[in-house]
Amino acid sequence: MNCLWCDRQIIPEINWENIFMLAKPKSLCGECEGKLEYLQGSRCKKCSRLSEEAVCLDCKWWNEHAERDSIAFNYSIFNYNSFMQDMIAKWKYRGDYVLGTAFKLDLFQVFSKRFAFLKNEALLVPIPLSEERLRERGFNQAKMLAEFLPLPCEELLTRIHGEKQSKKTRTARISTNNPFKLTKTVNKSVILVDDIYTTGTTLRHAGSLLKAHGCPEVYAFTLIRG
Amino acid sequence: MDIKNTSHDSPPLEIYARQFSGKLLLRTEILLDENTFQQLLSLHLFTPVQSIKRKKFTYQCQRCGNQKRSLFATLPRTSGKKILHYCRNCIEMGRVIDSEPLYYWTGKPVKWLEHEAPCTWDGQLTAAQQRAADHIVNAVNNHQQELLIWAVCGAGKTEMLFPGMATALSAGKRICIATPRADVVRELMPRLQKAFQHVPVQGLYGGSKDRAGTAQIIIATTHQLLRYREAFDLLIIDEIDAFPFHADASLPFAANRAKAPQHTTIYLTATPRQEQRRQMVGNKLPHIFVPIRFHGHPLPVPTMKMSFSLKKELQKSEVPLALMKWLKNRKHQTRQLLIFVPTIQLADNMRDQLFVRFRKEGLIKSTNELAAVHAQDPDRTEKVQAFRKKDILIMITTTILERGVTFPSVDVVILDAGHEVFDEAALVQIAGRAGRSPDDPTGEVVFFHDGRTDAMVEAVDSIRLMNKRGGFH
Ligand SMILES: [Zn+2]
Ligand SMILES: [Zn+2]
Ligand SMILES: [Zn+2]
Repeated sequence: MNCLWCDRQIIPEINWENIFMLAKPKSLCGECEGKLEYLQGSRCKKCSRLSEEAVCLDCKWWNEHAERDSIAFNYSIFNYNSFMQDMIAKWKYRGDYVLGTAFKLDLFQVFSKRFAFLKNEALLVPIPLSEERLRERGFNQAKMLAEFLPLPCEELLTRIHGEKQSKKTRTARISTNNPFKLTKTVNKSVILVDDIYTTGTTLRHAGSLLKAHGCPEVYAFTLIRG
Repeated sequence: MDIKNTSHDSPPLEIYARQFSGKLLLRTEILLDENTFQQLLSLHLFTPVQSIKRKKFTYQCQRCGNQKRSLFATLPRTSGKKILHYCRNCIEMGRVIDSEPLYYWTGKPVKWLEHEAPCTWDGQLTAAQQRAADHIVNAVNNHQQELLIWAVCGAGKTEMLFPGMATALSAGKRICIATPRADVVRELMPRLQKAFQHVPVQGLYGGSKDRAGTAQIIIATTHQLLRYREAFDLLIIDEIDAFPFHADASLPFAANRAKAPQHTTIYLTATPRQEQRRQMVGNKLPHIFVPIRFHGHPLPVPTMKMSFSLKKELQKSEVPLALMKWLKNRKHQTRQLLIFVPTIQLADNMRDQLFVRFRKEGLIKSTNELAAVHAQDPDRTEKVQAFRKKDILIMITTTILERGVTFPSVDVVILDAGHEVFDEAALVQIAGRAGRSPDDPTGEVVFFHDGRTDAMVEAVDSIRLMNKRGGFH
């Protein structure tokens, strides 16, 4: 196996710590893997931002505007450091699909731990791309991530095209500019999956749409906290 | 719109020819609306070629030549469609997918201007430069396929090219100078435009403002050659021994394809590698050696300074004792100083330590006078500029400043010269940073090490030999 980032051959290192779990296949070499930065230390329990406070300032604001706060919490794994930015650029914007598999193991492990409380009674929903983007790129990175996870995944959301959206806004009650449309209602909890959480606005739009149509609870699981 | 009988609202075919001939492009790189494009295609003015060819046990990307299994991957299948393969090797230049062909122009080729006396440079070549320049002119006139110029660091190789380029331009030929680094493209652009004031010159590198690549003289990073096919009558490849040209097989592949069927290729190097030396010795590659710097002084010969405590000090990012001792006795205290270190990490770590120490010793007055630079540094262009303007006096650097950049008056040291990143070529290049100005043609070069390596010994031997061949004893 060659490192997905630098293409150097990965020589498995055997020592007393890993000798009993040899089978773990690596997709990044040690050096590249070391450049990924896990979010560590105390973080906001609502949005995963590194913060000394249990709930960060932004999230406190959302709490006070509860009618617009549709996400129970977001959990992210990595920091958006410069190496991660390079990786995302190549994966997403250049369209190097296979690079996404470098995140598979971390995604699976963290998810299994953080969302165990749902006891498999939930549905994964990836944040969609516009049709045009999808055609260009050839894949939806959020869907790719969701498919690494041990729960059923359904593409319940689509993006409203710019033109139709303006027509829709007059009738839509939920938000003045919700970019999403629901293709099917759901009565189970939903975990939204996306590659990066920046302001949380996108995820909240998706969340409020789901909740308005009977979804009991919405969570978010993202690879990176931007 | 009818393209054949050019009407007022469609650009004449010559404009398309100028835009597209000599290129090998993805559809997304051809900025034409679908209608126009389809029409040109049906007139066979564009010809599609399969972008990824299936080989016996692997694939080959027709843009970059990549055949490595690990550098191909597939996209998720959309219902009812074939599995799509793409090339990961050249993906930074736009993704090549096997379902989408590459296109090249098969309309009338561009007739490039035949310039009368195009060279507006009024400098004077030294005898050694002139000798090399004459060889290049001959090579161009006789359609000689290859010529290697081995010119020591500071020989003034750019100026040597001018007569040959002028010869090519007056015969209506197209020229490309390909160099490994974007810094060098930026540095060469104004010099060449000044030397050929009436000929269009364009500089191409990742993120360059100019993207058309349609001028008669192109200066480009070697990677940009991936977008050309049968384009250049005179192709000049700078620093063939340098990374990445030397290490990345797709670059020689692209360079080879970018040549016009009848072409001359000039290779430039200050530190030829084994394979090139072998070809020279075997007379398989016509070559000429330029052993003298343009200012007529010999190359500075490095001194080696052994220090047992060096590795330990560097591990702790401490300022090496041996370095401080040398600094205090340095002959020209006013010269700027380049400190080469083997790794990015060390460059960053040494910065603070050196600052504290140098400040105490009065070598610098403010933080700004000392800086560290490496390949991943977003401010590297600005820092190099500041060093050139002498705002920065001492620069800690990785091998990134090993070649291509010229500072008039510096001393050069290497910390841990025995490290594997410093091969013979790197050491010779680094030593070649010193003594570049006619006003200060000497300079100290010191290799600090804790055990001499073959590379160090060979570098010093080869510098001595070059000086000897230059007539210095
Ligand atoms: Zn790697
Ligand atoms: Zn928060
Ligand atoms: Zn390729």
